[in-house]
Amino acid sequence: MLMQGTGINSIMAGHLRKEESFSFNRQVLDYIHHAAEHGLYEIRGLGAKRALPTFDDLVFLTASASRYPLEGYREKCISKTVLGTRYAKRPIELEIPITIAGMSFGALSANVKEALGRAASAMGTSTTTGDGGMTREERQSSRTLVYQCLPSRYGFNPEDLRQADAIELVIGQGAKPGGGGMLLGQKVSARVAGMRTLPEGIDQRSACRHPDWTGPDDLTIKLLELREITDWQVPIYVKMGATRVREDVKLAVKAGADVVVIDGMQGGTAATQQTFIEHSGIPTLAALPLAVEALDEMNVLGEVQLIISGGIRSGADVAKALALGADAVAIGQGVLMALGCNSDTYHQAGENIDATADYTALQTAAGFCHHCHTGRCPVGITTQIPQLETRLEPEWGARRLKNYLQVLTMELTTLARACGKSNVHHLEREDLVALTIEAAAMAKVPLAGTNWIPGKS
Amino acid sequence: MDRLIQLDLAGLTVRELNQFLHQELPSRGAGWHVDVLNPNGMHNLAVGLNASVDVDIRGHAGYFIAGMNQQARVTVHGNVGWSVAENIMSGSVRVKGCASECAAASGHGGLVVIEQDASSRCGISMKGCDIVVGGSVGHLSAFMAQAGTLVVRGNAGPGLGDSLYEAVIYVGGEIHSLGADAREEPMQMEDHARVAELLTRAGFPAETGRFKRIASARSLYHWHADAGDRY
Ligand code: SF4
Repeated sequence: MLMQGTGINSIMAGHLRKEESFSFNRQVLDYIHHAAEHGLYEIRGLGAKRALPTFDDLVFLTASASRYPLEGYREKCISKTVLGTRYAKRPIELEIPITIAGMSFGALSANVKEALGRAASAMGTSTTTGDGGMTREERQSSRTLVYQCLPSRYGFNPEDLRQADAIELVIGQGAKPGGGGMLLGQKVSARVAGMRTLPEGIDQRSACRHPDWTGPDDLTIKLLELREITDWQVPIYVKMGATRVREDVKLAVKAGADVVVIDGMQGGTAATQQTFIEHSGIPTLAALPLAVEALDEMNVLGEVQLIISGGIRSGADVAKALALGADAVAIGQGVLMALGCNSDTYHQAGENIDATADYTALQTAAGFCHHCHTGRCPVGITTQIPQLETRLEPEWGARRLKNYLQVLTMELTTLARACGKSNVHHLEREDLVALTIEAAAMAKVPLAGTNWIPGKS
Repeated sequence: MDRLIQLDLAGLTVRELNQFLHQELPSRGAGWHVDVLNPNGMHNLAVGLNASVDVDIRGHAGYFIAGMNQQARVTVHGNVGWSVAENIMSGSVRVKGCASECAAASGHGGLVVIEQDASSRCGISMKGCDIVVGGSVGHLSAFMAQAGTLVVRGNAGPGLGDSLYEAVIYVGGEIHSLGADAREEPMQMEDHARVAELLTRAGFPAETGRFKRIASARSLYHWHADAGDRY
């Protein structure tokens, strides 16, 4: 309760001087006050919110007199993408190089999982399971489904493994490289608990290391085991958060990965410590060139495919990622936003309904929300509460997401054509320059207007 | 009468062995018995089986033996490396000798018997399987074990049952130390019956008098009681 102070200093008041401290600004004060009040670190969802060098710091040198462009609407620009060509009998064939990142049932509702599957299938791309196993809804609605093998092994079983189109062994993720999953009790519903073999309502913290292997040598044998169980049919991805990218990618390649997935520090999560999100890992922009170099040094460029994720939002981001050497991208947060995350309203039976009060109840507002961990998502995405879950209608959500993926693809091919490419995978590093010295150094492309690559030339 | 097939790894690859066990064997119907010769410490033998067959591995074997097993009864006549019967769903896996680390890791169902000792992290992350170890287990056994039963006839190393959920551990010998949130609880009638049943199924005498029961104190189930739902 707020009490009125007696104001013994008021007699001294004259000119009000508001000199804010840089080190102890209002955000920092909030943090210290929160810590002092609760005695518990802050847990939240989504990814890093601080300013970081991003793909926005790069621009394309599209065609002009020295290069000629392709006609925007008349000339074809191929976006077909094949992943997992190294060992698998059945590589993944996608219509677009944009995939849906792994997000768990538990973090997301079953309705959302269904919407993701429908939209991805309509666009000819893949979805991915998450911590907590494969749901019926997502298997049925997804044409191509990637099955994650995580440290927790919640709901992990050979039946689902055999019905997966690819396997993704998850070592870590960008939001919390080195940390395990987290699902607070309010989201551990009966169905979620059942799938994970856990008591309902407990605060669930998944392991951060796999239970049956430890180092890269064991990983090699583990990947072989998964291949043996699935008779070498489907590709195996290895996903890691972006930290020591060069070394990690090399170890994954040596261990036998068909596809390496690198998740930069902007990658999202449904719940983890705020300090982890903001202070670990490296930006996606810095991670991608390191991964490409590692593949090159291992002589497997084109043989082991690379998926990059972590804060990919637009067709321009996708185009720049491809130009820097990724074979595909994976999107998580952008996908949720397409479904209405951080929107003022949700959609119900043809109408938009105001969700302001529900954001307020979480002590936040549309545009600022990162409260996925509470399980009380105002727009019905990251929840297991039946009344909230119905706020996301799978059909409506699928249409929105399909539109979003379509826009990304159109933007991607627009930029590729303008660079004179008839295939989006022909975009190259040479098509890019950087607007800042940081981005030039990280992406290893010249600073615009110069031929200077910091650290290289 | 069992119909016996002998497969010799001196002339077959692991891949050929597993593909035979996955594809050809089930199509022949039930009642088959496969002898695998010359395993010589090879990894990933008899993984991903899903048929009611008996497989005998005649010698020592490597990592992940009988991983993700369903229905099959696999016996290793020797020692095994890491993670034998990892993620077992049903059926049974028996090791006549010792098992290295992570035996039956994240096992969901079925029975795993290690006749001699198991190394560290035996039953880590187990989710409903039953494990009987004839000898002792190493450190951090049943770490984060969620469901199922681990019976150890010998001793247990440091940190037994750290961060246990609903799995229950019974130890016949000495316990070096318990891990966080694990505690000893009194043996009830049902506990004696449970241990006796598992010992019998595993082929050991059903003497349960000296066993202790270790289960979760459940103090880690909720993070911080004072903070309520604020985090
Ligand atoms: S709107 Fe929902 S999905 Fe988006 S940040 Fe808030 S709680 Fe998470």
